[in-house]
Amino acid sequence: MSTQDLTGPGLRLDHLPRRKRVNRTMEGLAWLAAAIAIAILGVVVYSVGQRGWSELNLNLITKQPINFSLTNAPQGLSNAFAGTIVIVGIAMLMALPAGILVAVYVNEFAPAPIRSVITLVIDVLAGVPAIVIGIFVFVLLVVGSGQSGLKGSFSLAILMLPFVARTTIEVLALVPNALREASLALGVPRWRTTLSIVLPRAIGGILTGTVLAVARVAGETAPLLFTSSVVGVQTDWNPAHALQTIPVAIFELSESPDPKDHARAWAAGFVLLIFILFASLTARWLATRNARKLAGR
Amino acid sequence: MSITIEPTVRVETRRQPIPPRERLEPIFEVEGLDAIYGAKAAIKDVSMEVYKNLVTAIIGPSGCGKSTYIRCFNRMNDLIPTFRQTGTIRYHGQDICASNIDPVAVRRNIGMVFQRPNPFPKSIYDNVAWGCRVLGMKEDLDARVERALTQAALWDEVKDRLKASGLSLSGGQQQRLCIARAIAVEPDVVLMDEPASALDPIATQAIEQLMHQLKSQYTFVIVTHNMQQAARVADMTAFFSISQGGEGERYGELIEYDATEKIFTAPSDKRTEDYVTGRFG
Repeated sequence: MSTQDLTGPGLRLDHLPRRKRVNRTMEGLAWLAAAIAIAILGVVVYSVGQRGWSELNLNLITKQPINFSLTNAPQGLSNAFAGTIVIVGIAMLMALPAGILVAVYVNEFAPAPIRSVITLVIDVLAGVPAIVIGIFVFVLLVVGSGQSGLKGSFSLAILMLPFVARTTIEVLALVPNALREASLALGVPRWRTTLSIVLPRAIGGILTGTVLAVARVAGETAPLLFTSSVVGVQTDWNPAHALQTIPVAIFELSESPDPKDHARAWAAGFVLLIFILFASLTARWLATRNARKLAGR
Repeated sequence: MSITIEPTVRVETRRQPIPPRERLEPIFEVEGLDAIYGAKAAIKDVSMEVYKNLVTAIIGPSGCGKSTYIRCFNRMNDLIPTFRQTGTIRYHGQDICASNIDPVAVRRNIGMVFQRPNPFPKSIYDNVAWGCRVLGMKEDLDARVERALTQAALWDEVKDRLKASGLSLSGGQQQRLCIARAIAVEPDVVLMDEPASALDPIATQAIEQLMHQLKSQYTFVIVTHNMQQAARVADMTAFFSISQGGEGERYGELIEYDATEKIFTAPSDKRTEDYVTGRFG
């Protein structure tokens, strides 16, 4: 159905065609920008998937790599998947409580001047390049005693901390003051109000931030090169040992002369991409579910 | 030609007469209270007594510091970083503004209902029960919840859906839920900061009725900008107004405090008369 212009005396129609044109142009530009963003993602996913397709099978996550393999025996990167799960998992266990506590202090307890100082420090920390964190942890923990998965977790936790703290501060600030007042007016102490009223209300946002932070650090390579990269091919779940991880494995395989190694690197990259996609979807789902629950539906 | 302005507010005459002041038991004695935000005084030099088992209304135009004043009674203003106050508020003879008094203990005895209904994002039952549980009143929790909801005139409407979210209730029901939550922990005093300003007349009436019924057990202090409401529910009424100090400073001040009947029919201050007859404010 085509739209019809209003006609009649006294109607203000000055520049109407021009305004319509400008509107259509701007809408088109916005559409184009969105299309480009989606297209880039599509191209990346496609080319990574296509190059890794030959190695994208169950062996990738169940079989260990074989050193100097001259045979066609099936091999995979199970050591890297195990290491990434262990290292990122422990990093999350370190960064999540610390980040939440920092945010709770900043938002619920700190006086205004301290609050702005800590917020600034968190922002600066968020901007520190991963390689700097890596070399810092290397000098602090690795030199003299060797690498371990735990030290890798520690460096990833430093990277996660500002993200978790920042998102938590933001969601805590969204908790209406009326709720805090309601609890405090009952004669409930501050800590209890924070624990039972403020944090449950913010938990959806906190989880969303955490999932995104996990997705981000799961792909970090630089700090792990320093802290957990001198590894064997065995699948190892012990964080006291240096553990292989997906990003480091991709980096190493990409330097191999064997094209099958390249394919495996692409396949591992594809799995990482899919993991991040699912993590983001989970974060979204958590956020909407939480919003629905809080609205009383 | 002189025009006589009829009072716009009629005071119900069937209310119980208040005993003479010397026979009333003061629960709060406010003396020389100044409340200050940063460098700006919100209220200055307020002195009055609040009596036990009466409903005391605080009326006055917007910006006269009514809400600031009522929040002094349970140290709610402590939450505002730039706030400070001078003067004393004695509660049963003890100065609750002193720095060695724990505001948590004050609030435990002096409950509050806020202007906007603010139920917790929990079930109806938990909204009432949570405070009791946290404060250690765990015995007969079901009976306690039922009693509080009944007192708040909400029980019949929610008894079949106690598990539903408190946020699923209508505005008036939410406010009554907040009242139930406040009285479930058995405070001594209930402060109400414009509790009906977001409610329709029927919900307002329900809240006013329950104040009438509950004042034998509690002491109510209610802030309202609705004079009819003050005239309906309050035994005592305090009128606050905005005063001009030097250098254009504006602050709230207690103009007159007396029995509601007297405030609305024979105020002794011209400013009170202007306000209650609708000539100002």
